[in-house]
Amino acid sequence: MTDDAGKQRRPSAEPAQPPGQDWLEPTDFPPASDPAEAARPGGGSRRRRRRGRAGSLLEDRPGPQAAAPNRFLEVRDLHVHFPTQDGLVRSVDGLSFTLERGRTLGIVGESGSGKSVTSLAIMGLHEKTGAQISGEIWLDGEELLGMSSEEVRQRRGQKMAMIFQDPLSSMHPYYKVGEQIIEAYRIHVDASKKQARQHAIDLLGRVGIPQPAKRVDDYPHQFSGGMRQRAMIAMALSCDPSLLIADEPTTALDVTVQADILDLIRDLQSEFGSAVIIITHDLGVVAELADTILVMYAGRGAEYGHAEDIFLQPQHPYTWGLLGSMPRLDRAGAHRLIPVPGTPPSLIRVPSGCAFHPRCRFEELNGGLSQTEVPAMTEAGPGHQVACHLPVETRRRIWETEIKPQLDGDRTEAR
Amino acid sequence: MIAYIIRRILVAILLMFIIIAVTFSIFFLVPRLAGASSDDLASRYVGRTAGAEQIHATAERLGFDAPLPVQYGRFVKQLFFGTDYNLGPTTEHCPAPCFGYSFVNQAPVWPDLLDRLPVTISLAAGAAVLWLLGGVSIGIISALRRGTVFDRASMGVALAGVSMPIFFTGLLLLTIFSYKLGLTAPGGSYTPIQVNPARWAYDLILPWVALAFLYAAGYARLTRAGMLETMNEDYIRTARAKGLPERRVVLKHGLRSTLTPIVTIFGLDLGLLLGGAILTESTFSLPGIGKYAVDAVTNNDLPKVLGVTLVAAFFVIFASLVVDILYAVIDPQVRLG
Repeated sequence: MTDDAGKQRRPSAEPAQPPGQDWLEPTDFPPASDPAEAARPGGGSRRRRRRGRAGSLLEDRPGPQAAAPNRFLEVRDLHVHFPTQDGLVRSVDGLSFTLERGRTLGIVGESGSGKSVTSLAIMGLHEKTGAQISGEIWLDGEELLGMSSEEVRQRRGQKMAMIFQDPLSSMHPYYKVGEQIIEAYRIHVDASKKQARQHAIDLLGRVGIPQPAKRVDDYPHQFSGGMRQRAMIAMALSCDPSLLIADEPTTALDVTVQADILDLIRDLQSEFGSAVIIITHDLGVVAELADTILVMYAGRGAEYGHAEDIFLQPQHPYTWGLLGSMPRLDRAGAHRLIPVPGTPPSLIRVPSGCAFHPRCRFEELNGGLSQTEVPAMTEAGPGHQVACHLPVETRRRIWETEIKPQLDGDRTEAR
Repeated sequence: MIAYIIRRILVAILLMFIIIAVTFSIFFLVPRLAGASSDDLASRYVGRTAGAEQIHATAERLGFDAPLPVQYGRFVKQLFFGTDYNLGPTTEHCPAPCFGYSFVNQAPVWPDLLDRLPVTISLAAGAAVLWLLGGVSIGIISALRRGTVFDRASMGVALAGVSMPIFFTGLLLLTIFSYKLGLTAPGGSYTPIQVNPARWAYDLILPWVALAFLYAAGYARLTRAGMLETMNEDYIRTARAKGLPERRVVLKHGLRSTLTPIVTIFGLDLGLLLGGAILTESTFSLPGIGKYAVDAVTNNDLPKVLGVTLVAAFFVIFASLVVDILYAVIDPQVRLG
């Protein structure tokens, strides 16, 4: 069900690209390969055109992009808006990314940057919330947004599964853990109760729960937080999904357990060969797992590229901010964290132009452009895209001369 | 689990004794404290024309002149072992459980209550089935279609349901369906189920509907609120993420959590009703416990009132015991506590 390369263990410690082939091939990622993007060079005008419901919007796009892409998962220009009494909440506002089988994408951003909303949109879980969704989500050659809710339901749990943030509240308190896994399995697979139960026990054992044959009959409250998250993972994996979305899988867990869960996800991925999206506000988590990283801000992509690029050559001021606010153990001595100034923007009144400009330290360097025009995702290097008005050279210079030394924390200064 | 049930049963028994003590105090101690002599109490048990001598003799026979703790002891004893009443010329045996001996119709209370219990049980059980099915399903649909015409209409009707007293809806139903249209039995009809089940249901349908309407309204609102809350829970999202059909998400995952508070209230409501649906039974002239209590109060027949009080208390305690045990079945987290 997966290609061989997908089954390879991710070379997490090795730097640079995987050998031979670049699996994500973000190099030819839009604008070059996506006619929809190419047809709309101006970011600002695009935003205005894409309002309202999915159906009507699909028609005003130019033709050929309706063809299925050859990537496993491709999200194209996703918009998720929620009409509320206070106004339209633009939770996701034009987001594109791709993912191959066997690879891991980390989506990083503050609360309210649209990470979870994106994942729920892929899972088709925005139904009945009044969300207005437009764009395209291609999974394994099928477009999900245009499907009926019944069609999406049949794929949920089977082709794509999700692990949620809080394992305490994400499991039904009144049903046994085993029952919940069996239910997830039997809804998609024609198996007898006995087979399903054995499958549940196997899965629980696989995710590292001791005495699975006994624990299968326990209730969620009899599990510890870490065990519960393992059980959630077992439930998500019950139908061997080819896409696994983990929405802040370690946020609610004890620090000592976090690493275990991340290891588990990584091991399972290499074993099952699934594509994994890991959503987090914690750069440490994606550093551990992700092949590529998408940094989101106010519902849009800010920076997108290989994990190594994001950590070693970040170019977006917001990414710098995130890196600066991440505690690092590889630095000796007292190290002061550098928070991103200000607060996340309102998604009803998103700041004009670049949504990050009110919090950006380098905002004045581009002559007010960031207050008027929304920056488009542009190539900043091979497979590396940044949505920033600053010229590439300026960004590189600021990073090398200003930000990097600060982050690497000269020990003397800190003391 | 077993320990939990045993603990609950012990608490229920203790509660029953407390209630017996309180009831006894209300009927025997409070009048004494208020200055009534034992003769005053006895005067309630004899005819109006009785003289002071006769009253005093009665008080002595009934033991009203004994110290209160002794009287309480006798009272508890007769509940469990029965007693003999000295009626002067004859001695009447009141078998256990002896709630007292009505001097108005010269008979022990308990057999009377036993006669009337099937009526009240029939009424309460039938209505309970109706209101549970009706109220819960309306509540679910309302919650799922929040803000629609159905939701608003049913919640409006529910508001009317809780607001309108049973003697209004009951009389309205009787007038329309029994007296105008002739579709249903007139008031005062009751056929025991063992005699003719069809006739039993036919006779009770209006009281059932009237009573169920009152309760269904509350249950619909309760279910709606519970469902609205539950359907926002994380585990409902998980159920959807598994790919379960929406129907199963609602009925299996959503309803299960919503039912917990409903079971609690349902148990207590049913227990209370079994102690006599006073208004319904009066409105439809059904010979149940409630009607019996009303008649007893009108006649100042204290032993009957006392008997009904204790039976009603027993039902409520029993119902809450059953609810507590059911809770452990419904909510596995209770078992630890």
